[in-house]
Amino acid sequence: MIRVAIGRLLSAVPVLAIVSLISFGLMRLIPGDPAAAIAGISATPAQLAQLRVDLGLDQPLLVQLLRYYEGLVQGDLGRSLLLGKGVFAATMERLPVTIGLSLYALVLTLIIGIASGIIAALRQNSLVDQAAMMFAMIGISVPSFFLGLIMIIVFAVHLGWLPTGGYVNFFDDPMGWLRSTTMPAISLALLQAGLLARITRSSMLEVLRQDYIRTARAKGLPQRQVILKHALANALIPIVTVVGIIVSLLISGAVVTEALFSLPGMGQLLTQAVLNRDYPMVQGGLLLVTTFLVMVNILVDVLYAVIDPRVRYE
Amino acid sequence: MSDVVVAGVLDGAEDIAPRRIHPARATLARLFRHRLFVTGLVLFGVIAVIAALAPWITDIDPNRLSMRNKFLPPGGDWIFGTDNFGRSLWARTVWGAQLSMTIGASVVALNAVFGTLIGAAAGYFRRLDNMLMRVNDALMAFPAILLAIAVTSVLGPSTLNVILALGIVYIPRTARIVRSSVIVLREMEYVQAAVAAGAGHWRILRHHILPNAMAPMIVQLSFLFAYAVLSEATLSFLGVGAVPPTPTWGNIMAEGRDYMRDAPWIITIPGVALMITVMGLNLLGDGLRDVLDPRLRIQQ
Repeated sequence: MIRVAIGRLLSAVPVLAIVSLISFGLMRLIPGDPAAAIAGISATPAQLAQLRVDLGLDQPLLVQLLRYYEGLVQGDLGRSLLLGKGVFAATMERLPVTIGLSLYALVLTLIIGIASGIIAALRQNSLVDQAAMMFAMIGISVPSFFLGLIMIIVFAVHLGWLPTGGYVNFFDDPMGWLRSTTMPAISLALLQAGLLARITRSSMLEVLRQDYIRTARAKGLPQRQVILKHALANALIPIVTVVGIIVSLLISGAVVTEALFSLPGMGQLLTQAVLNRDYPMVQGGLLLVTTFLVMVNILVDVLYAVIDPRVRYE
Repeated sequence: MSDVVVAGVLDGAEDIAPRRIHPARATLARLFRHRLFVTGLVLFGVIAVIAALAPWITDIDPNRLSMRNKFLPPGGDWIFGTDNFGRSLWARTVWGAQLSMTIGASVVALNAVFGTLIGAAAGYFRRLDNMLMRVNDALMAFPAILLAIAVTSVLGPSTLNVILALGIVYIPRTARIVRSSVIVLREMEYVQAAVAAGAGHWRILRHHILPNAMAPMIVQLSFLFAYAVLSEATLSFLGVGAVPPTPTWGNIMAEGRDYMRDAPWIITIPGVALMITVMGLNLLGDGLRDVLDPRLRIQQ
């Protein structure tokens, strides 16, 4: 297991090196003068010159690159132009909102996705199966922001059950947090729940065909025990591998959901940064989020090795 | 394919002369018997035809303002009603369909070309594999929408840049799929035989490997079309896609957001159109996967 962990960490090094290089290169891809693009048309030549110095754009590219990595090694990701504070600090402020929302959505995803996948597989080709797969198909086809808008119209505007947006801190008012994040979490979870239901169903169907299931049934074990102990435990193995993908989709989806429900999370921070041409924030934030995702994927791989001994001996 | 032949031989059926059916026609026949595929084809087909015939379907300018007619509900002279500027939602949705389809098809084309090139190069030439795949992994490590937003913000919001951004986001995913097929095929005996017969790399790739790597890629491309349409709508909804007043579904919905209490149709109509398109493509992809590449059914 430790060998798997070390191996995966080592293989993440070149990936992260290239990720950081892409993040660095992104700002240099701005057509024309990046300083002019950031400062806008009203900037005076003196302001432009100052901005170039501040961003280090007056230096040769190689020097810029070295300074960038020097900063990264020291944990300095640059300063946000819009907020006037460090990218790392700004991200850390917003991170709890996104993590809370994503965890809530992840729980919904797992419950809805796995449950409907198992039920569909157990009653293959029945009406229940078709209904569950129809639901999954709708889940992967409805854009989350459309579902979010429809929910706002129905539950916030017409029924008045939930607020249209805004955020309440969990530690100030847990019920208020639940009220403010339920619609966002549902709209965020739907796509992943649909994907997971489809994967769970086919994984479960595959396992149910195996000989050891027939053996378990033949020796007279009750259906419940066959399903929960023999089938599910094995069907869940491939599902663990997609948790990494699901987390990535959740983070991507959170960008849209936070913008829609005006939640002050990472997604909103980065969207605002993009719309306001706050390139250092975009560059640093993108790098941070991606590094986080790479770490999540390593964790998933290690977890995979823990629950599936075959992986360890490969 | 070989299974069929073997089965025929084992049946000792050589006296029952089998009718020669072209493999492509057999595949098509199986596709058209696949209920979900046909459903998907119809859903997607309707939107695609509307998109292609946009100028003939509506002669109303999608950007023509008519303040006297703003916020008209669907029905009457205005089939889909009007928006906050009195623009025809019918015209805007129809032209939005054309834009969505153009962007989706362009992203698919970019992927088909560059995804195949990169995937084939990485899978076939071992020396290139490591380098290409590390860059690939890095690009895939970014959350898709975030990378697309960042790229469009750097390049500037326009239809072309949205296509480029979505290309950059999705080509690595296609390349990875092509690569994994090519790696398996490269080791096949018939490929080794071609090598022994003195065929060059280009000939082997073109005649022996790529045709057999097509099935998973076609499946991938149909899902990719769906992602591209969805991502484009998301980008323009967030305000980093094609610039308003360009009638994209995402733009229409973003503008309709402020009026959703009194004029919910402004967001509902393009939203439903988007849903039909994506669902049609997903069903189409499911059908293609079931028929062309049954092995994948288990993984997805």
